[in-house]
Amino acid sequence: MLQRSRYLLRYFRPFVRFYHEEASVIGTTPDTSSPVYQENYMQMKNLIDQLKNIVEKIVEGGGQKAKDRHISKGKLLPRERINTLLDKNSPFLEFSQLAGYEIYGEEKVPAGGIITGIGRIEGTECIIVANDPTVKAGTYYPITVKKQLRAQEIAEENRLPCIYLVDSGGANLPRQDDVFADKMHFGRTFYNQANMSARGIAQIAVVMGSCTAGGAYVPAMADENIIVGNQGTIFLAGPPLVKASTGEEVSAEDLGGAALHCRQSGVTDHYAIDDTHALYLARRIVRDLNLQPPMDVKINKNIELPVHAIDDIYGIIGTNLKRPYDVKEVIARIVDGSKFHEFKAQYGETLVTGFAKIYGYPVGIVANNGVLFSESALKGTHFVQLCAQRKIPLIFLQNITGFMVGRDAELGGIAKNGAKMVTAVACAQVPKITVIIGGSYGAGNYGMCGRSYSPRFLYCWPNARISVMGGEQAASVLTQITKDQYAREGKQWTQEEEENLKNPIIKRFEKEGSPYYSSARLWDDGVIDPVDTRVVLGLSLSASLNAPIPDTKFGIFRM
Amino acid sequence: MHIEQADEAYCIGPAQSSQSYLRQDKIISVAKQAKCQAVHPGYGFLSENTEFAQLCQKENIIFIGPPASAIRDMGIKNTSKAIMTKAGVPIIEGYHGDDQTNETLLIEAKKIGFPLMIKAVRGGGGKGMRIAQKESDFIEALESARTESEKAFGDSAVLLEKYVAEPRHVEVQIFADKHGNTVYLFERDCSVQRRHQKVIEEAPAPGISQQLRQKLGEAAIRAAKAVGYVGAGTVEFIMDRNNHSFHFMEMNTRLQVEHPITEAITGLDLVEWQFRVASGEELPLKQEQITLNGHAFEARIYAENPRNGFLPGAGQLLYLKPPEATNNIRVETGVRQNDEVSVHYDPMIAKLVIWGKDRSEALNVLISKLSEYNIAGLDTNIQFIKDLCEHPKFQSGEVHTGFIEENFEQLFPKLHISNKILIQGTLASILYEDIESLSTSLETKDPFTPFAVETGLRLNHMLNRTFLFDVEKESNIVEDREWQLVIPTPKFVTAITSQMEQNPYTALSPIPGLVDKIFINKGDIVKKGDSLLVIVAMKMEHIIKASIDGTIEDVLCSIGDNITKNKLLVKLAKC
Repeated sequence: MLQRSRYLLRYFRPFVRFYHEEASVIGTTPDTSSPVYQENYMQMKNLIDQLKNIVEKIVEGGGQKAKDRHISKGKLLPRERINTLLDKNSPFLEFSQLAGYEIYGEEKVPAGGIITGIGRIEGTECIIVANDPTVKAGTYYPITVKKQLRAQEIAEENRLPCIYLVDSGGANLPRQDDVFADKMHFGRTFYNQANMSARGIAQIAVVMGSCTAGGAYVPAMADENIIVGNQGTIFLAGPPLVKASTGEEVSAEDLGGAALHCRQSGVTDHYAIDDTHALYLARRIVRDLNLQPPMDVKINKNIELPVHAIDDIYGIIGTNLKRPYDVKEVIARIVDGSKFHEFKAQYGETLVTGFAKIYGYPVGIVANNGVLFSESALKGTHFVQLCAQRKIPLIFLQNITGFMVGRDAELGGIAKNGAKMVTAVACAQVPKITVIIGGSYGAGNYGMCGRSYSPRFLYCWPNARISVMGGEQAASVLTQITKDQYAREGKQWTQEEEENLKNPIIKRFEKEGSPYYSSARLWDDGVIDPVDTRVVLGLSLSASLNAPIPDTKFGIFRM
Repeated sequence: MHIEQADEAYCIGPAQSSQSYLRQDKIISVAKQAKCQAVHPGYGFLSENTEFAQLCQKENIIFIGPPASAIRDMGIKNTSKAIMTKAGVPIIEGYHGDDQTNETLLIEAKKIGFPLMIKAVRGGGGKGMRIAQKESDFIEALESARTESEKAFGDSAVLLEKYVAEPRHVEVQIFADKHGNTVYLFERDCSVQRRHQKVIEEAPAPGISQQLRQKLGEAAIRAAKAVGYVGAGTVEFIMDRNNHSFHFMEMNTRLQVEHPITEAITGLDLVEWQFRVASGEELPLKQEQITLNGHAFEARIYAENPRNGFLPGAGQLLYLKPPEATNNIRVETGVRQNDEVSVHYDPMIAKLVIWGKDRSEALNVLISKLSEYNIAGLDTNIQFIKDLCEHPKFQSGEVHTGFIEENFEQLFPKLHISNKILIQGTLASILYEDIESLSTSLETKDPFTPFAVETGLRLNHMLNRTFLFDVEKESNIVEDREWQLVIPTPKFVTAITSQMEQNPYTALSPIPGLVDKIFINKGDIVKKGDSLLVIVAMKMEHIIKASIDGTIEDVLCSIGDNITKNKLLVKLAKC
């Protein structure tokens, strides 16, 4: 019987058509010659070009002079180190390239002075944390600490081995008050190392430069470590401090070089003759980790590309958040074969929910198509419960002005219904990945799995706006309050005074709502080109499936 | 490969020729075991071995070749030249005497004059042959020739000959049966040689008139008849390239490597004739029935590096794709892809035999077929032969034995790699990495993760990678020139070896081979430059010398050892 069906399949497959599958293809072909499309496209393209120009400078690190000095010591540049460490063709899902962007005034700290991301080593997905010694000698700014902690958080949530490529001058002394003592300051990174190690998440350190004071604990707390001879040093106090405290005069190499630590102190395990050797040894260590990701989902091995041109997204959505579009056009350009099995298509239509595949991985998609009403919130809650029950990762495509306001809405219990959705999203234990594709305002940010809801990954499109509310709304609210105050005091308020109050607020919200502002402060894991959304989601899903998907237990849903 | 093609195969011993191929007793016992009526000795050492021919006769097995006496007469050069003089075949002046003392030889050498050739009496194939350019070089060259001859033929007797500058090597294929019929199958030109070994052969020889061809043929027949020759044989002549005067050099009493080109121009099967003659039949054709048709070339494809003094290579043929054989194109080979070119024999990979209506057609076909010969993993001489064939002087047939030296500049042009080749190499590396990664990924639960299939993706910027290639050797040709790009070995891989190489107190073997001689013992005191031992690889001697003054602390090999490259052979200590 089986034989026969195989025979039939072999000869008749070309004639079999799966009509039900074709019916699930969504999306339309846009009129690319329309002025609206072209204007949208141009504006979005400009934003992307701007993004790429900025990132291009950031990946250059700390400038030519610092790079030349670094290379002259026979060292590889941090990005070369990562390229050498990773499998030759492995993608590198880099996080928060814009970290530290324009937050320290005149001081430029490209990428926050540290490069983090996920790449494959010997077929195993790993978190890489690489100091960039060409940026302020690799010292830890507050944002550097935050970025390293975020990378460790990703590693912990997704059970990814951590490789630290250490080459850092330690804490940035002028900013010591912002990096040292608090819960989420430098000390936390060693706390994380210890606890991840306890959970069986490998911690591997490669000492390729100095590891002074606190930095010494990165290799010392690692499960296994490597040091480069005549280059890497580990000590609690460097030669100047030693001389100051005990009068002992000693060279850096004699104080904490590779020979000392590999032969005598036992602080390091492997001796490398150069960077390339060290990275080869790191690869060998990963190979010997004996890791087998659980892959708790059913993966479709027949991966289809979306049927629509992906860059249509530029022309469809544009940068004007007030111009409405159907979010299904975006979904159609992200999911495999543009196939989307929509859930409750005719109910609560301002929230689109449904199942699809991305690079063969099953996903549940929750996407905004307007303001959230009670029905939309209830539908979202239901759908999140479905995915949690079935252990299907969730993708949130966030473009939300908020939950509906007004008497009708309050009467309909929008607060408790919104709370249901927030509860469901907060408690769902499946991998959650959020992409802010437009506005992210108010409680909408919460319901749609904003940063506080611990999505495994959160990315922004360059057209995104993130703030508690829109700038104009905020200005109006503040104006109204002031007006009322004036009225109570019986004062007159001129149009000019109103403008003077409003404009700075609008400007400030404009600046602070920008994805650059957000990403510089690590409110997200990076600003991405919309056409890369599919692959970024695919990589993120692949990484998140390194951790088993636990059962979900929801909190009380207010009925 | 030859074993696969055989109906029956028997093992006669390990790869080393002294323990297998040269073991006559083993061959005879296998021949008896397999109930053989005859033994074809091929064209190796055994084919010209009198003892073996006699042994076959004694054991009642037909030796497919000439009578033992003819082998002996022709094999000993003094005797052969004396016989030739008697038979009226012109010979080249020289000393063929039995007095082998250095004094006599030096006196005779002065009589003949320099430059002068010293040859092993029982030699052949360039073995045991040295040229003394001037009198002061003579004794050194003599000793060297003797040593090599002793090793190769078990006999150190040498003869001296006038060295003809820029001569041509022209040889005539003859065939004789047991009924007194002898014919010639025209001549071959094998002038272009490197290290006194042939690279390319052609038939007929270019620039030879009909009359001269007949004269050569008839002289060859006289030579054969003078020793009562039977079977296939080759009479070699040395020919002045200007006045076309020729002299008998030697007779090869066997079928030769380059016989296919004679087959190509005569349309005959020489091996078939050998069998017919051996079984007592008369020659199938008379002289006047044998016609010369067209022109043929044979190119010998070797694993060697022409740009490094034709240094022989050994190792695995990672990729091998010969041109397709047709009626006019023969590819004679004994190796397949992934086979090893061994250190024990000549590093020949194949013979490419081309027939054309005339010389220029044959040459053009040869060039184009050489372009289709693709080999990776080893250095080969393919590009070199192609450059040789394209050389205008070769095209016009101005060949002589010093051709390669004379035209060295043009044959080894300075190489400039084009960007196109570098880009192709880079792309190939990337694609190769891709295949590697995908094949690893296929074994996992999630083979098509974007981490495996989205090659080199970087966010918001491009991945810049530097590809380094060592471009030291060209291999063979596609379009203008094919290059062998080698990805450099990382420093840490070579670190340990290079530490040893830098250490002057050790001697490492530079090449895989056999330890042939050891000149020193433990405890000996040596000076920098003293010879420590000799390694033989691919029939070439490599002398390992002390790189510093010292005492021999330890000798880590013994004579007859098979050694790998970079094997530690001798340890020295400071005096």
